[in-house]
Amino acid sequence: MIAEAGLAALWLAAALAAFQMTLMITALRGEVAVARTMRGIAIVQGALSLISFAMLLLVFARTDLSVALVVENSHSAKPFIYKVAGAWGNHEGSMLLWVMILAVAGAFLGLFSRRTSERTLIAALGAQATLALGFYAFLLIASNPFARLSPAPFEGQGLNPLLQDPGLAFHPPTLYFGYVGLSVAFSLAVGALLTNEVDARLARAMRPWVLGAWIFLTLGITAGSYWAYYELGWGGYWFWDPVENASLMPWLAATALLHSINVLAARGALKAWTMMLAVVAFSMSMVGTFLVRSGILTSVHAFAIDPERGTFLLALLAIYVGAAFVLFALRGATLKEGAPFELVSRESGLVVNNLILSVILGVVFVGTLYPLFVEAVSGEKLSVGAPYFNLVAGPLALVLAALVGIGPLLSWRRERRPVLKQLTVPALLGVTALVITVIVAPGIRILPRLGFSVAAYLAAASILPLFGRNPLRTPLATWGMAVAHFGIAVALFGMAANAAFTSERLAVARAGEILDVGPWRVQLQDVTPTAGKNWTALEAELKASRGQGVIILRPQTRYFSDPPTETSEAAIETFWNGQLYTIIGKPDLGGGWQLRLWWKPFVTLIWAGGALIALGGALALAGRLWLLRRRRKADADDWRQVRYA
Amino acid sequence: MSRAVRFAPLALLLLVVAALIWRLATPADTSVHSKLEGKPVPAFDLGPALDAKPPLSSRDLATGGPRIVNIFASWCVPCIGEVKVLRQLQARGVAIDGIAVRDRPEDLAAFLQVNGDPYERIGGDPQSQVQISLGSSGVPESFVIDGKGIVRYQHIGPIEAADVPMILAKLEQAK
Repeated sequence: MIAEAGLAALWLAAALAAFQMTLMITALRGEVAVARTMRGIAIVQGALSLISFAMLLLVFARTDLSVALVVENSHSAKPFIYKVAGAWGNHEGSMLLWVMILAVAGAFLGLFSRRTSERTLIAALGAQATLALGFYAFLLIASNPFARLSPAPFEGQGLNPLLQDPGLAFHPPTLYFGYVGLSVAFSLAVGALLTNEVDARLARAMRPWVLGAWIFLTLGITAGSYWAYYELGWGGYWFWDPVENASLMPWLAATALLHSINVLAARGALKAWTMMLAVVAFSMSMVGTFLVRSGILTSVHAFAIDPERGTFLLALLAIYVGAAFVLFALRGATLKEGAPFELVSRESGLVVNNLILSVILGVVFVGTLYPLFVEAVSGEKLSVGAPYFNLVAGPLALVLAALVGIGPLLSWRRERRPVLKQLTVPALLGVTALVITVIVAPGIRILPRLGFSVAAYLAAASILPLFGRNPLRTPLATWGMAVAHFGIAVALFGMAANAAFTSERLAVARAGEILDVGPWRVQLQDVTPTAGKNWTALEAELKASRGQGVIILRPQTRYFSDPPTETSEAAIETFWNGQLYTIIGKPDLGGGWQLRLWWKPFVTLIWAGGALIALGGALALAGRLWLLRRRRKADADDWRQVRYA
Repeated sequence: MSRAVRFAPLALLLLVVAALIWRLATPADTSVHSKLEGKPVPAFDLGPALDAKPPLSSRDLATGGPRIVNIFASWCVPCIGEVKVLRQLQARGVAIDGIAVRDRPEDLAAFLQVNGDPYERIGGDPQSQVQISLGSSGVPESFVIDGKGIVRYQHIGPIEAADVPMILAKLEQAK
């Protein structure tokens, strides 16, 4: 019954979404009064999809083996948290989560949005429902998560052990909040283009959504990177894998949008560009979803599925993005640009930021899809790997990081003050860092070296906007900006340290043998069997020391029985200045064990920086929402005026 | 904003969608083609795997007609099934030689006794050296070699009954 209730809720939500679509068309033809119900329907539609998803969680929590999806992805012996997480650790469940977030975002837009005109809001809610309808249809026609299996088997097939990790419980939903949160920006842009109301008010309505989605994307990417780092056991934090790129591309577009939207909100300028970015950001989310879910590109994530589903998703992508682009092409000409600005101004700084981010986005996009194009045209197979991305995107990112220090110091419209003078101290720090790396480590490559230098400069430059202000009266958004920009410096330092000073040791060791890695002496004590709830393992005991004090690390090779899989559980010890990362591999014939050891100085700063960037976003969002609340009264009057106009 | 600029995103989208449709319509060929195809067999000279059979060297392969070289072993379970198919091929006049990997003469003799013997010559490769030089990573594997001793096709895994028409076609092409 639970599964049927979930399916029924899904059908009802789809019907309401279809109704919202017709309401939107009615409203756009002038019958705004009829469409007053739009907000209410959007809220009910969101609630229904939430119920549907709750039913799926329930089915998984109870391990209901008469539901095919549970049989394929769960097992009664699995720890409870992974039983629940298994609901979205598969194709159908994750698509239901996707559309649920989309519908709930629509419901929140209906509940809270007071800033746009009613016509634009109705058009945006209609657009949001149209998006949801396509994905409801996809679930109901091509991948029903509630399909029954008869007769029900006695046991499920289990969940990929790599996914049996707390990382799984948070990483995909976090990313999805980000991906799908951008849908609201998309719908608001489409709605405003439809009603010809692209203005500063729209930008202010869109901004919290973009910020919110961007925070989740930042957290999701950071968490995913750390998860890959400790769970896959390869010791790297970013592999330029197509699926990683699929999450990076919406982030790059959203980051650009986050900055350009301020220009539109403050100065009414960059209208067409900002609308384009809003469309592109969510389009990149859909491209990402398609690439991941169609299994079209070879990737470690390897979610292979049948071509029918791939075709369906591609059709949705083409229709939605195509329609938005057509709308943009038709309406773009009528968009009047707002207040002009001079060559040296906050606006032009943000334009440069957008240009560089767009070029990086283009580089990642081309690199991800280039193998596909080459094979389509010439039949030749090739792959684009990390060297290309690092070589092309690395220097661009460094230039951008250098400019991040300048942009926030510029004033709107025109800058007459000698701004560069303020940057004397940060620039000196940057040069000092450069000189220190040349003296201390003459052998390191140029990109990490410049990375240290830019990180030192930016760490100082990023907090300049806070100087000379009363900290309590500085807007939260300014604090947020400073924290996020400081986070870039922190992450950059971590990446540079990791690239320049990582030491690696791969060796076969017998019990008692000592291996050196970086400043550490690691001794293999013993290898013993151990067991968990649904796995058995071989566990090594490693004694590590540098100078004084000894620590014990216990890396494992785990064997899961349902499904039969072997995973490597790295043992990682974190210090203030780096991580000791250890892996145990296969035994050799002579009683030795393969050991892989890394000393990674300051590697944790990469993720700490990511977390700071997200925290900066959260501060900015809190600041914006607080201001919105304070202005609500005035806004409500404003809105009423429009309504009765 | 000029018309061309406004329609550029749409054009880019169409291009990308076209490439993605192409990929969905023609799934990626994930098979790996042998690097040796089109190249002569690396020179080797193996001793006899058992006394009753003549040994195999690379010179024995350039005899004017296409042949199959089958890498197998008596300890290899899929090879048991494959021998039946090889005997069908032999019955159709296909010349087949074998390379027995890491095998013992008495085990090999018993294997041929029980399962039948489709081989003209069998070379013994006790340390897998020739197997590795041929780019073979396991048993069974088979090579179609033309009359000039050039490798035309490498088959990984056992030749199944369903593969027979394909193998015959490869032999025909190698004539």
